Amino acid sequence: MSSVHVSTTINGDAVEYVCPVDETLLDSLRDRVGLTGAKEGCGTGDCGACSVSLDGQLVCSCLVLGVEAEGREVNTVEGMVQDGELHVLQSKFIEHAALQCGICTPGFLVAANALLERNPNPTVEEIRYGLAGNLCRCTGYDKIVRAVMDAGKEMRKKNKSKGKKR
Amino acid sequence: MRYEAPKSMKEAVGLMAKAKGNARVLAGGTDLLVQMKSGMVEPDLIVDIKHIPATQEISKNGKGFKVGAAVSGARLRDHAGLNKAWPGVVEATNLIGSDQVQGRCTMSGNLCNASPAADSVPALVAAKAKAIVVGPKGKRTVPVEKIPTGPGQTSLKKGEIIEAITLPASSAKTGDAYLRFTPRTEMDIAVCSAGICLTIGARGVIKQARVAIGAVAPTVVLAPKAARAIVGTKLDDAALEKLAKEVEKVCAPIDDKRGTIEFRTEVAGVLAKRAAKIAYARAGGK
Ligand SMILES: Cc1cc2nc3c(=O)[nH]c(=O)nc-3n(C[C@H](O)[C@H](O)[C@H](O)COP(=O)(O)OP(=O)(O)OC[C@H]3O[C@@H](n4cnc5c(N)ncnc54)[C@H](O)[C@@H]3O)c2cc1C
Ligand code: FES
Ligand code: FES
Repeated sequence: MSSVHVSTTINGDAVEYVCPVDETLLDSLRDRVGLTGAKEGCGTGDCGACSVSLDGQLVCSCLVLGVEAEGREVNTVEGMVQDGELHVLQSKFIEHAALQCGICTPGFLVAANALLERNPNPTVEEIRYGLAGNLCRCTGYDKIVRAVMDAGKEMRKKNKSKGKKR
Repeated sequence: MRYEAPKSMKEAVGLMAKAKGNARVLAGGTDLLVQMKSGMVEPDLIVDIKHIPATQEISKNGKGFKVGAAVSGARLRDHAGLNKAWPGVVEATNLIGSDQVQGRCTMSGNLCNASPAADSVPALVAAKAKAIVVGPKGKRTVPVEKIPTGPGQTSLKKGEIIEAITLPASSAKTGDAYLRFTPRTEMDIAVCSAGICLTIGARGVIKQARVAIGAVAPTVVLAPKAARAIVGTKLDDAALEKLAKEVEKVCAPIDDKRGTIEFRTEVAGVLAKRAAKIAYARAGGK
């Protein structure tokens, strides 16, 4: 299998790696770049544990080739922490105990973040549909949905006060 | 395996035409990568078409819409003009997988993967969509129903690539709809499905209709007799019953763990009736 050189941007940083052409972006992120936040649950697009955003679009990194990241922008769960502070979603997941084993959590965080960006004030139903591509075998989803509802509320408050300041 | 990301259709077609061994087009990869991982396909060459500008465009002119072959479901979801003109096509495409899958999947990939249960295909067939196919011998335009020839099989010849899918101009008097049956509400494969497009005339009488049924035969089937059952009517109960009966007649499904022959056949008729009502309301019929 031939290898290719890839130049890309990950969480705002310029990154280069060399990977076999048939390697998935998930494996490139984990094994070449050392970002192990995205997890492999199924490898077939069903569980969402590998969720990342690619040029602002939520995708399963297990169904993207590592070479496809060339010249594009990838954002992973590692990029959610800003200046050493947890993202609101991360804090709310802890507060609501929205995780147990935690393997699904990075995927849920990335997907929930994409959901709230598109729809800052979702209903419970919209959250359940929006996160249908993320599976969790531990929590029974209820606490995850509550954490996302609460994070949405907090983020709307923050945005409002930011708007006032300006 | 080699990976190429050409910047023009000409280059892409050249690569596909010259390739020795198994060459595959890569659009969203939501079928192709799954198949590569399971060993079902082992390509020697992958041609990623996403860097070709024509495949990324959504354009509109007097004849209707042109949707590039690499346009994802998420982009269709966010396109106001397409949602207004072809809500059934957009809804059908948006049923594919999760938000993650929507970020990548394409209508052209759904069509070329040639699954009888492909969700966007019955809606596209009902809408009279056409595929713009580019190959070593030039361009041709093909009705979408002529692309899949059986499960996993298409009529595309060596070197041929779909550049875009066209949808005709839609009027306020035209409505389309797609419905599928799945045991779960999300992330499931259609047990059977129905896509309907109809146009009404004065006083709400249906002038034209197209009915396409999914997952009941090796390919999506167009059912002209079912369409005729509702043309000339205002979609009264008798017309709806006749529509369901004609739909049942074109069903030749398989029996498997997801649905029996009897179940698929009956439910296809029910879905057709319900989709017809939605399409009729969207066309402004009362
Ligand atoms: C978790 C999950 C859930 C899914 N759920 C659904 C569902 O509910 N309903 C459904 O219908 N499908 C579903 N699918 C299947 C898949 O997502 C769709 O068929 C999708 O539309 C494929 O599009 P793509 O762009 O990703 O295709 P790709 O994987 O890129 O390509 C599919 C095939 O078509 C060929 N091809 C692609 N584009 C072209 C072109 N322009 N010209 C010529 N050949 C081309 C490729 O070579 C390949 O053989 C699901 C898949 C996953 C992983
Ligand atoms: S590992 Fe990618 S969806 Fe499960
Ligand atoms: S916390 Fe264990 S799978 Fe979700």
